[in-house]
Amino acid sequence: MLSALIVMAGIALVLGAVLGYASIHFRVEGDPLVEKIDAILPQTQCGQCGYPGCRPYADAISKGDADINQCPPGGEEGIRKLADLLGREVKPLNAENGVEKPRAVAFIDEQTCIGCTLCIQACPVDAIIGAAKQMHTVVSGLCTGCELCIAPCPVDCITMETIPETVETWKWRYPVFAIRQAA
Amino acid sequence: MKLFKFNGGVKPETNKDASTALPIATLPLPGRLTVPLHQSIGGTPRPLVRTGQRVLKGERIGAADGNVSAAIHAPTSGTIVALEPAVMPHPSGLSALCAIIAPDGEDAWAPVNPVDVRALSGGELRDYLRDAGVVGMGGAVFPSHLKLNPGRQGKVQTLVINGAECEPYITCDDMLMRERPDSIVRGTMLMAQVLGAERILVGIEDNKPEAIAAMEAASRGTPIRVLAVPTRYPAGGAKQLIRVLTGIEVPHGKRSTDFGVQCFNVGTACAVHEALDFGRPLISRIVTVAGNVSTPRNFEVLFGTPMAEVVRTALPRPDTNRYVMGGPMMGFPMPAYGVPVVKATNCILVASDHLFPPPPPEMPCIRCGECAKACPADLAPFELYWFARAHNYGKAQEYHLFDCIECGCCAYVCPSHIPLVDYYRYAKSEIWARERDKDAADQARTRFEFRNERQDREKREKAEKLAAKAAETKAKLAEEATGAPPADGDDPKKALIAAALERARQQKAAVEPKNTDDLPAAIQAEIGEIDARRQAAMPAEPPA
Repeated sequence: MLSALIVMAGIALVLGAVLGYASIHFRVEGDPLVEKIDAILPQTQCGQCGYPGCRPYADAISKGDADINQCPPGGEEGIRKLADLLGREVKPLNAENGVEKPRAVAFIDEQTCIGCTLCIQACPVDAIIGAAKQMHTVVSGLCTGCELCIAPCPVDCITMETIPETVETWKWRYPVFAIRQAA
Repeated sequence: MKLFKFNGGVKPETNKDASTALPIATLPLPGRLTVPLHQSIGGTPRPLVRTGQRVLKGERIGAADGNVSAAIHAPTSGTIVALEPAVMPHPSGLSALCAIIAPDGEDAWAPVNPVDVRALSGGELRDYLRDAGVVGMGGAVFPSHLKLNPGRQGKVQTLVINGAECEPYITCDDMLMRERPDSIVRGTMLMAQVLGAERILVGIEDNKPEAIAAMEAASRGTPIRVLAVPTRYPAGGAKQLIRVLTGIEVPHGKRSTDFGVQCFNVGTACAVHEALDFGRPLISRIVTVAGNVSTPRNFEVLFGTPMAEVVRTALPRPDTNRYVMGGPMMGFPMPAYGVPVVKATNCILVASDHLFPPPPPEMPCIRCGECAKACPADLAPFELYWFARAHNYGKAQEYHLFDCIECGCCAYVCPSHIPLVDYYRYAKSEIWARERDKDAADQARTRFEFRNERQDREKREKAEKLAAKAAETKAKLAEEATGAPPADGDDPKKALIAAALERARQQKAAVEPKNTDDLPAAIQAEIGEIDARRQAAMPAEPPA
């Protein structure tokens, strides 16, 4: 009886020590689930989900505060990926957050721009260059199409331009056949 | 020498005899050349010319954008009439920037500067070839200078020259080997010298006896070995030919150079010879015109020549309804007849519904496994098909979708007539698009995080600056208070106020009324009245 107790206590001590060691030395920094959710989100940082950026939204999803259908730029595909990751049902995009649009970039009408720098301050990815009372312009390769620069512009000189398809970005279509031919 | 075998492959009807009966012909200068700036793998070259500028034959009109790119040259002398988007010889039918040249008919060469290979370093030589626009002429148009790099892991021991030309109808390499074997041999020796290759193998399918004889005759006295390989599609695939000639099977994720083997097309060898020995950049190529034409043959065509003009010379039959660039196995239909010939155009296959009837309707996959038997890349095509069909791209990549060379053997043998390659192309382009999106998202994330950090830092720095300034002022005041105690009191603040009031009073006294000379009496009286009123309204002078 006593030996059994000693053996059990010994095992408990050893395992406890191992677990204690592991919890200190193999500690996972940060929440890996948030990282995974953040990796799926499109990083437009547009705030249409109601959170100030993609990372806070990812945080909210992982905590259960936000639903997975609040990201319009991610669209259906993004919702599907999030549902796969979190083991939830796929649901349509919440219309309150916006609608899925084709990818676009901001374009500044340089004739109208007065150089107020408001859009520069609004841009979450520093994709607008310019200085006070100087013409501003968008670096289109860096623009995420978040539309955050449109509202602050006092002269409404910013428009969204859909990115045209080029030979390099063209995709082969899914093979389909005319019904008449197959019938 | 013992030859090896690759798995799979098919033996379609070759249909090569018709276009080898006549020698290579040169086309008359077309009325207009549409030269696309982007003709190779890699970055789009930057235009170097303006509208209205006169250019000479061989003059560089597009500079390579970065190292993974190749320059573009004017195919003949003339005037640049426009730099504008034009429809590309691409299945998308989309447009891209082209230089439209109106030839002046003189065909005058720009000054050429041939180089001595021995006098140049490897880097200089590669830059020279990049600026001469030399790219792989087998159809992949990969910039050749990138492949002519012996690399760090020691030199390339084996140089494989690909003259197999396995695809039906295409005979441009065959005719090149028959008519210009000396150029090919010279170019091959140059490439072998750059790479430091000791073993040089030329692989030619055994259905081209004339080409084999010509190449053997030309390579006499050189270390080049010309080998006839069995005719089986796709023996001309780089990995397949390397396997047949050397027995080396390049595994997934590796390159042939990891095993000391590098492979070039015979046309590329010819282009290297032209560029280095004569200083002539790549401005034309041999193009096979075959299929639904009365006189199929090979033409030496300047890049930018509209396909319709080339085909017209070969007399197309009236029921022609489309052009295919490439062969019947791997080619794709052209969006228009007028699209230009580019560096990748090895063949213009003139098609009609009679010659190439539309494929029968797609039937369900019966999992017979014929495609796996035929696959020369040792893949499982039916699995790839299922994954591509289900948009399951991750799984498709796990099954090595990107090792697929799109040779079309699987679709050729499929009893259900499934256009398998279309599914693979679809899946590949979807995966590329996702990669692009992911790269953009990663970049946006980094930039957003950096911006947030910068804003925090700016806020912090501003707060620190303010705090420092406040402390400084305080210290200054304390110093003043201790260093020079004011006469009429201990409070330094009071002294400051007194000093400020004194300054204001002096300033006021310094202000003199202007234009007060020679005023009429009435106005003088008015001023006096106002002054009196002000004096009355002003509070008593503050105590000094």
